[in-house]
Amino acid sequence: MTLSESAAAPADEVVLEAVGLTKHFPVRRRLRNLFSRTPAVVHAVDDVSFALRRGRVTALVGESGSGKSTVARLLAQIYPRTAGDLRLHGTSTRVRGGRPFRAYVRRVQLILQDPFASLNPVHTVRYHLTRSLRIHGNAGRGAEELDAALGKLLTRVSLTPPERYLDAFPHELSGGQRQRVAIARALGADPEVLLADEPVSMLDVSIRLGVLNLLQDLKERLNIAILYITHDIASARYFADETIVMYAGRMVEGGDSETVTQNPAHPYTRLLTDSAPDPDRITGDGVDTAAGEDRGQGEPPSLITPPAGCRFHPRCPHAMRRCTADLPPRLTIGDRPGHWAACWLYDPATVAADTPGSAAPDADPAVPPPPAALERDAATQGETR
Amino acid sequence: MTDPVLEIRGLRVDYGLGDAAVHAVRDVDLTLHRGEVLGLAGESGSGKSTLAYGLTRLLPPPGVVSGGQVIYHPADGPPVDVLTLSPAQLRKFRWAETSIVFQGAMNSLNPVHKVSTQLLDVIKAHEPQSTAAGRLARARDLLRLVGIAADRLDSYPHQLSGGMRQRVMIAMALALEPQVVIMDEPTTALDVVMQRQILGQLAELRERLDFAVLFITHDLSLLVEFSDRIAIMYGGRIVEEAPAAQLYGRALHPYTEGLLHSFPALRGPRRELTGIPGSPPDLRAMPEGCAFHPRCPKAFDPCDKKVPALGAAEPGRDVACWLHPVAAGGPR
Repeated sequence: MTLSESAAAPADEVVLEAVGLTKHFPVRRRLRNLFSRTPAVVHAVDDVSFALRRGRVTALVGESGSGKSTVARLLAQIYPRTAGDLRLHGTSTRVRGGRPFRAYVRRVQLILQDPFASLNPVHTVRYHLTRSLRIHGNAGRGAEELDAALGKLLTRVSLTPPERYLDAFPHELSGGQRQRVAIARALGADPEVLLADEPVSMLDVSIRLGVLNLLQDLKERLNIAILYITHDIASARYFADETIVMYAGRMVEGGDSETVTQNPAHPYTRLLTDSAPDPDRITGDGVDTAAGEDRGQGEPPSLITPPAGCRFHPRCPHAMRRCTADLPPRLTIGDRPGHWAACWLYDPATVAADTPGSAAPDADPAVPPPPAALERDAATQGETR
Repeated sequence: MTDPVLEIRGLRVDYGLGDAAVHAVRDVDLTLHRGEVLGLAGESGSGKSTLAYGLTRLLPPPGVVSGGQVIYHPADGPPVDVLTLSPAQLRKFRWAETSIVFQGAMNSLNPVHKVSTQLLDVIKAHEPQSTAAGRLARARDLLRLVGIAADRLDSYPHQLSGGMRQRVMIAMALALEPQVVIMDEPTTALDVVMQRQILGQLAELRERLDFAVLFITHDLSLLVEFSDRIAIMYGGRIVEEAPAAQLYGRALHPYTEGLLHSFPALRGPRRELTGIPGSPPDLRAMPEGCAFHPRCPKAFDPCDKKVPALGAAEPGRDVACWLHPVAAGGPR
């Protein structure tokens, strides 16, 4: 069993990097658009780039349907990507199955949301963990070494004494314990990257913290890079070093967690933080009503025909003319190093050009002109999904 | 404080019969006042949904209400005990006086019927004398009330988003202008943005229509902001009940304290999160004494022997904990 404390590698080393990751799912053709030239696709993830570093937690925050789980599955290479690149230690990887896939999975493990569904109800904890250890070659030789490895795994996720849990069936465990078994199973591969897809959203509030603290502890002791996917931006603040916000398949803001949650720059991030339950708000004096006016209404757009320009513009209270046409690039916000937002509000030239009376801004040469889809998506911006 | 609209007295709900019975709700006393939002929080398995189903007599077998009273005070007329109503009376009581918004709106609407059919059915069943045109106008009004365009009446549930389906359910719950609306985790399946929109709308509707809400959720941070009073349930009993702001400011019961320290705060200084050690009790083998004592950091001598009674520790707030002996007057 080699849950090695990888002290040799430098801290903050980039382990897994996504570069322009894109995933489009085909939509079944209907009769009425049988003859249309372009096949309809769901733009689930578009141009997502970020890096997972050793010993750091990166949070991916967004509403359901924003593509955050698709990103996790792309990183785990369960879905083949449509475009973009995935670099493990700087080398581009694309695996389809068989041995290369297994070798990849050994280094990048996925933890799923629902521990009630991700463990096989007819097998014991021992079976699940033994399989993981055997498949990834960490079982050692002989029964003693296997037992030692099993015990170590369970101790690592604080299921002690191990003997009490080894022969338990999933239904005998509580939700938190099951999620710990799922994490232990992922650790059985001795991975470098853990992709945790909403690891605590199915658990009770009082249990969540324990599982998050466990992940934090693993990050520190084993120097694992963790991608923490969540819809709860408050837990991202508490748990992650870096936070990335996604909306309708695109990244809209990123930076260190404290900055993103305390000084959100993108209007969508502000909407998210305003919407999060805040017990302190009852003590506020009328702040709530003022913020309510400023809030974006409506719902996320259809991803089959996403809005041109910024995908948030139909809901954005600050939408300018340029937002409806041009896709905003990542613009750095001055307050903290590494804080960026994909929003034209942070481009001084655009804001100046949008003042009434002046001409429309020239198209940025860096941004290709969008397809002529304005009228079309204006029509699809209804509340229908 | 206004007069009560729904009083629960010593309600007990079991699953199963005899010795094998699991006591899911134990001697719960709870009062819902006219026009207030009462939050009911607790972990899964604490009996909060069972309580809601028990008091509306919607419990599926093997659930049995084994004791207690649920007194409903109609706007006009004498109070009635819901648990003793005859089937015919119950039909009148349900939905017209008390309606429920169930958990997971996705599954509460019939997928093969249009929204209009389902909304009209409600009105038709309870107001058979109404005309078809009148019912249709009423259904349109209802949808508009919850912020959905009236032309959505002809949609099927799958054509609506999750948030809209939940709003349709709320519209349906309000169709007969009930006095009490019970909401069982109405926004758990929704995103935070949609959750806030719907809760905002609900608060607005409550001001306009003046109904009382029993709001059941596990998200305490949401309750603190949204409700007037909060009751905390653990192991089938109410362990603390207090006005929302007071409960948030200073929790008396260690379990409430633990819950409050379990969710990370978005604003303000980063506080330390402690969580609650251990896991919720097994209802089949409840610990002796206070159900929380095996997980309680402050457990002391009587905790593992005697069950503390819920009583007023301070004016306006009740707690069931040996740390806060019931003030003069004894348990109520």
